[in-house]
Parts: sequence; C-alpha cells; structure tokens
Amino acid sequence: MSNVPADLKYTKSHEWVRLEGDGSVTVGITDHAQEALGDLVFIELPEVGKTLAAGQEAAVVESVKAAADVYAPIAGSVTAVNEAVVDAPETLNQDAYAAWLFKLQPANAGDLGALLDAAAYGAVADSE
Amino acid sequence: MTKQTVLNKAHRALNARMVDFGGWDMPVNYGSQIEEHHAVRNDCGMFDVSHMCAVDVTGADAKTFLLRLIANNVDKLKVPGKALYSAMLNEAGGVVDDLIVYYLTDTHYRVVINAGTADKDLAWMDQLLGQWQLDVSVIPLREGPKAVAMIAVQGPQAKAKVWQVLPEVKAATENLAPFFGTQIGQFFIATTGYTGEDGFEIALPAAKAEDFWNALIAAGVRPCGLGARDTLRLEAGMNLYGQDMDETVSPLDAGLAWTVDLKSERDFVGKAALLANGQKAQFLGLKLLDKGVLRAHQKVVTSQGEGEITSGTFSPTLEQSIALARLPLGVALGDTVQVDIRGKLLNAQVVKPVFARHGKALA
Repeated sequence: MSNVPADLKYTKSHEWVRLEGDGSVTVGITDHAQEALGDLVFIELPEVGKTLAAGQEAAVVESVKAAADVYAPIAGSVTAVNEAVVDAPETLNQDAYAAWLFKLQPANAGDLGALLDAAAYGAVADSE
Repeated sequence: MTKQTVLNKAHRALNARMVDFGGWDMPVNYGSQIEEHHAVRNDCGMFDVSHMCAVDVTGADAKTFLLRLIANNVDKLKVPGKALYSAMLNEAGGVVDDLIVYYLTDTHYRVVINAGTADKDLAWMDQLLGQWQLDVSVIPLREGPKAVAMIAVQGPQAKAKVWQVLPEVKAATENLAPFFGTQIGQFFIATTGYTGEDGFEIALPAAKAEDFWNALIAAGVRPCGLGARDTLRLEAGMNLYGQDMDETVSPLDAGLAWTVDLKSERDFVGKAALLANGQKAQFLGLKLLDKGVLRAHQKVVTSQGEGEITSGTFSPTLEQSIALARLPLGVALGDTVQVDIRGKLLNAQVVKPVFARHGKALA
C-alpha cells in the first residue's frame, strides 16, 4: 500500500499539492506514482517565472522504465524549483513527499478546493 | 485474461510489481530494477522466462524443415546440444520472430520462441509444413505432462549457485561450452542467456518449478524482473523482438546480418527478398552526451539523414543513457548525432551496439 498523507491535496494524475503559509503551493509526485515508475534517473523541471495553466505539462520524471509528465495541478506561476532532485532523482523514490519538484503562486487561491483529498486520492491509487 | 506462468504465486509472494507483457502477467521488478540489474552484473540473479515457448521439432524431416524455415543455417549444428540464434522470416524478408534452436539429434530439435509471438509463430510453422508436406511434428511444451517452466540464472556467481542447489548436474555442465544445452534427468540446462553475463537457462517440468525457484532464493539468488532483463539485454546489445525488429524490418537492417546465412546454396523463407533488397540501414549504439533519457521511437538526426531509436534506456552500468538505433548507411562510429527528445535536439555519440558484458562497461 502506498503512503497518502492526510494533510496534502492530490490530483488524479498523481501529483501532491501542499498549501504553504505564504499562499504558494508546493508540488511533487505521489508515493504511488514513484512506485509505479520504479527507479527514477532523470528529472526535468520548469523554468522559474513560467506561467502554467491547470493541467499543463510542467515537469518530466523518467525512470529506467519510462518517462512521465508532471502536470500543473492548478493555474499559477512557478516561483521555485528543487534543483536537488535533478542531481539525485533517487531521493524521489526514497521519500516522494520530501522530494518536491516545484512551487507555484496560484492564479486563484480558490482553485485548491477542486483538488482531491487524501481519501479520494487513495481510492484513485487503489483502483489502478 | 492474462496468462500466468507456474511461478505467478511465487512472484506475488515476493511482492513483485506485475505487468502485462505480451499477454502474460509477469514481474517487472521486485522493488528496485537498478539493484536487480547490478545483482546480475556483479553477483547473481534469476528470471522467470516460462512465458517464452519451448517447442520440440521432431521427425524424419526435422532438419530439412529448419533448413528452409529459418535464416541461420542449422547445418552448422554438428555436436548434440549446440544452440543457434536465428531469425524466422516471412516471404518479404521481415522478421516473424527471433529464436534459439538447440540441436539434439537429426530428428529432434528444441526451439525457443518469444511469448507474445508464440501463437503466430506456431501458425506460420503449421502453414509452411502443410505447403511443404514434410514429416515433422511441432509440439509446444506448454500444457500437459510435457509442460516446462524456464528459469534463467545469470551473473558471475550463477553457475556456482545452480550447482549448490543441483550438485548432480555439476559434472555434466562444468565444461559445457557457451551456447550449448544438455538434458540431465528432468533438467535441460543451457549456457545461453540474455544479459551478457555467464549463467544457465534451465528448462524443467512445470510442476517442479516453484520448489527449484525457492531453493535458488535460499541459495542467495536474487529474483529479477523483466525491467532488469531489458536494461541488461540492451547493455549487452541484444535485440528485443517487437522493438528492435518486427515483420516490417529486414534482419540486415536490425543488426542481425551475422545470423543470416546468405552464403550457402540453401534456400529459406525470405532469402529472395533479402537478396533483392540488400541492406538499407545500419543498427548501431548511441550514448547520450547531454542530460536526458533516450527512448524507443525518438528521431535521430544525422548528416546522412534521419534514423530512429529502437530501444533506449538509462544504463545502470554506465550511469548514462544508451540506445540501439537504426541509422542511415554512411553514419560512422564516433559521429555525433542529435536526438529529438520532446522537441529538443540533444547530442549523442554513435558507438558499437554493445555497452556492457561480464560486469564491465565496454562502450
């Protein structure tokens, strides 16, 4: 069973989203996603300042097996990226919730409400 | 409904991540594909390859049949047990499948064909047998009392581990040359493999497979999934059917010219087409110089025109991305070419299509 922390929000496409105190959101891929991909070997992150629409391709994570797109969970602009995971993609396999990918300043704070909670995402992950 | 090998329960008991592979429910890894890969290069690992189909070809015309059926020449097989790798072609010279044939006697050959192509292959053989009116039986060893399971034990410690579990086979297999097989009691033990490492491929009665698998685990052999099998074979420069070649691809364009016997007078299915068409492309290796991962179907831009990656991955042994690619004639070893990865042109170097064998990086 994969780990689905109760304090995060999720998407059907396996991103996790954490609302920070400053109103920005931190985005990564879920434990279920890293497990499905297997050993990660390459990560490509968006450029800081880039404006993304909800559902737009934002990053790429590649395992030995396959490449997977990571999508912007909500509309916003990229305020920071985690360069540390680019140098050590395996840290994402070790702890998917510590190895974040990028931070967004949401276009509309209210958009977060449409994301899945842990129970709903757990059901999505289990159905695969 | 996906098919299951007799080891399916054993894989699930080991918490394997299972995938549909050519219609079979197979383990892709048991945790970490990279660790499994390194286990085979540096120590010992094993693969359930029971999804592949062993076929006995028997009868007075068995040799005549295989001489006409496949592109390599079974007349090269003079010593019982000797194995031969070959492509089986269609009339247009495309690859129906790649296979290994073991010579047992002039009236008995053992052929191992791929899982996803087995039904198609058997139908093709039946069709040709009907046309040629030969005295041959083609019997897949899949069901009933003759059903076999196959386990590949590979790596520098593979043979020692197999002898630890089966001491009775040591004497007969200790001096077995590469690419030979021998029947010892209920075990057919062959010095073949798909990893570039030493080891055995072992066929045994399906009913005995789980006990043997568990005994190998107890001896310290690491179970490895199809993920590691793919990165190991790619590093070793071995073709994968359906990816590096298929019915639309000539073996001459897929790096398999060494397996095609065009020198002898012998006629075989697809020979006329190969002679008429000649070689149109070359099959070479690529090492990515920039950051990223090469994947199948990416476009390769060269000074001689465009090519295509047929298999690509991140190489755990080289710790960089490698690929097998079909490139225009005229591209030379050492050339720098560009690979289109999500719209960006990244630099790659053309190398011989062998990256690692016997625990060591070559390219």
